Amino acid sequence: MGHDAIVIGAGMSGLAAALRLALHGKRVALLERHELWGGLNSFYTLDGRAFDVGLHALTNYVPAGTRGAPLTRLLRALRLRHEELRLGPQRHSEIVFPGARLTFTNDVAHLSAEVARLFPAQRDGFARLVEWVRAYEVREDREPAPSARAVLAEHLSEPLLREMLLLPVLYYGSAREEDVDAQTFAILFRALFLEGLARPAGGIRTLLNLLVKRVKQAGVELCLSTGVRRILVEGGAARGVELESGEVLTAPLVFSSAGWVETQRLAGRSAASEDEGRLSFLESIWVLDRPAHALGHGASTTFFALDERPRYRRPEALVDTRSGVLSSADNFETGETRAGEREGGELRVSVLANHARWRALAGEEYARAKAEAADAAGAAAVAVTADFRARRVVRDVFTPATIERFTGHVGGAVYGSPRKRWDGASGIERLVLIGSDQGYLGVIGALLSGVTMANRHALAGARAAEALS
Amino acid sequence: MTEEEVIQAVKDIIQTVAPDEDVSGLDPDVRLREQIDLDSMDFLDIVMELRKLYGVQVPEEDYKELATLASCVRYLHPKLSAKQLALRV
Repeated sequence: MGHDAIVIGAGMSGLAAALRLALHGKRVALLERHELWGGLNSFYTLDGRAFDVGLHALTNYVPAGTRGAPLTRLLRALRLRHEELRLGPQRHSEIVFPGARLTFTNDVAHLSAEVARLFPAQRDGFARLVEWVRAYEVREDREPAPSARAVLAEHLSEPLLREMLLLPVLYYGSAREEDVDAQTFAILFRALFLEGLARPAGGIRTLLNLLVKRVKQAGVELCLSTGVRRILVEGGAARGVELESGEVLTAPLVFSSAGWVETQRLAGRSAASEDEGRLSFLESIWVLDRPAHALGHGASTTFFALDERPRYRRPEALVDTRSGVLSSADNFETGETRAGEREGGELRVSVLANHARWRALAGEEYARAKAEAADAAGAAAVAVTADFRARRVVRDVFTPATIERFTGHVGGAVYGSPRKRWDGASGIERLVLIGSDQGYLGVIGALLSGVTMANRHALAGARAAEALS
Repeated sequence: MTEEEVIQAVKDIIQTVAPDEDVSGLDPDVRLREQIDLDSMDFLDIVMELRKLYGVQVPEEDYKELATLASCVRYLHPKLSAKQLALRV
């Protein structure tokens, strides 16, 4: 039987696109190279312990029924109920710079008060910035203004505050060095500060298992361990894919979550080197013998910088531990510890890393470098919070090489290409980009990317319905 | 289907499309979008469910006929009068 659409990659955007299409009666093949779904946000078990890959927290958290919010729209489009995600909101998070600490919660009034306390002269400017973000209309049909730094400078005269507000946005979704476009900034600022952070009880597998169940119920043909060798293009239009096995699948529409550069290569085209992402990370996961809050670390997420003007760029060295993100699954209100679902504690430290340097290492040298880099990241983290290191039970570390292996992203670029294609255009007819390189980032963002592109490119009547609003 | 059953059919579809919303107290004369948080894509889903469950085609130029429950009944009742109300699964 033929398919109406082929979706490449069963990460968040691919699962969402496939489910959305299937709910509208389309026959969909969802192809995943790995034996497990999830892509950038997956999971694994080590020594009998469950680990998440990638997930620190979901941004865009709003309570059930919040009108107009991305999470509400997403749940609707995929026919999910809020409670099925088992989301536990954060306690609080923080941005820590030399001599300054701002805390934020899922109520922006808290951050406004913090800004007014620490930077009294910036209070009105911050309020105007929040209004600018609220009023920002996300559009897929035009290129956004290029610089978030310019947006921040329009509203805030205090450089330290600008740096402090920019750092979380960059770490949670900028594919560009040192800055990000205004649209991504508006989306991420809203996701982080105006909506908020949460974590599903049970971690990312709660969400993934739910999606996979619904994808199967909706009749999607989910094919695991099914790599795509090339995208077949004829007369400038995609007509299907050739699998690693040599089998050919055809469909009138192909969605690719592989990334811009990767998709061009699959279609037999070349991509400019400036389209390759340069940013990757080293992540160390520290399993502790008690919850982080019992050690005096109460923040859900800590964005830290040891310099007033932190760098957000590919380091020359293996890692740059002068800034980073510290995240603890223990500090979300998921009720897991009470319910006995989780024992001990967990902290993750993520820092910028150089993909090529990591790729050049092998064997024992690689293992030693991993341990040293994770030690250095831990040492940087304890400069801004309680020393958790002696409470370590197990530690696991991902490098840019790990990320590249599991996501297929060139250069282990977590957030993909620095240039986003908001309309999903791949330069090839009937081939649509979804996921990181379309532009919506974060778990909720990636899911929305799949839904939005499926609506726009595959559902008849979408434009007429849009015109009604 | 009676007119009451057409209302029930539409409410059932809205509940399917928007599982978190309470559809029991909807006012038939007030625009649906003012009562519950439906966006343009949700209307697309409602149209799709009407087609799937009852074989009713709603052409794009008629989407505006689905603005309120009352207008849904006026528009859909002639098309649904010979059909049975589908059970919600």
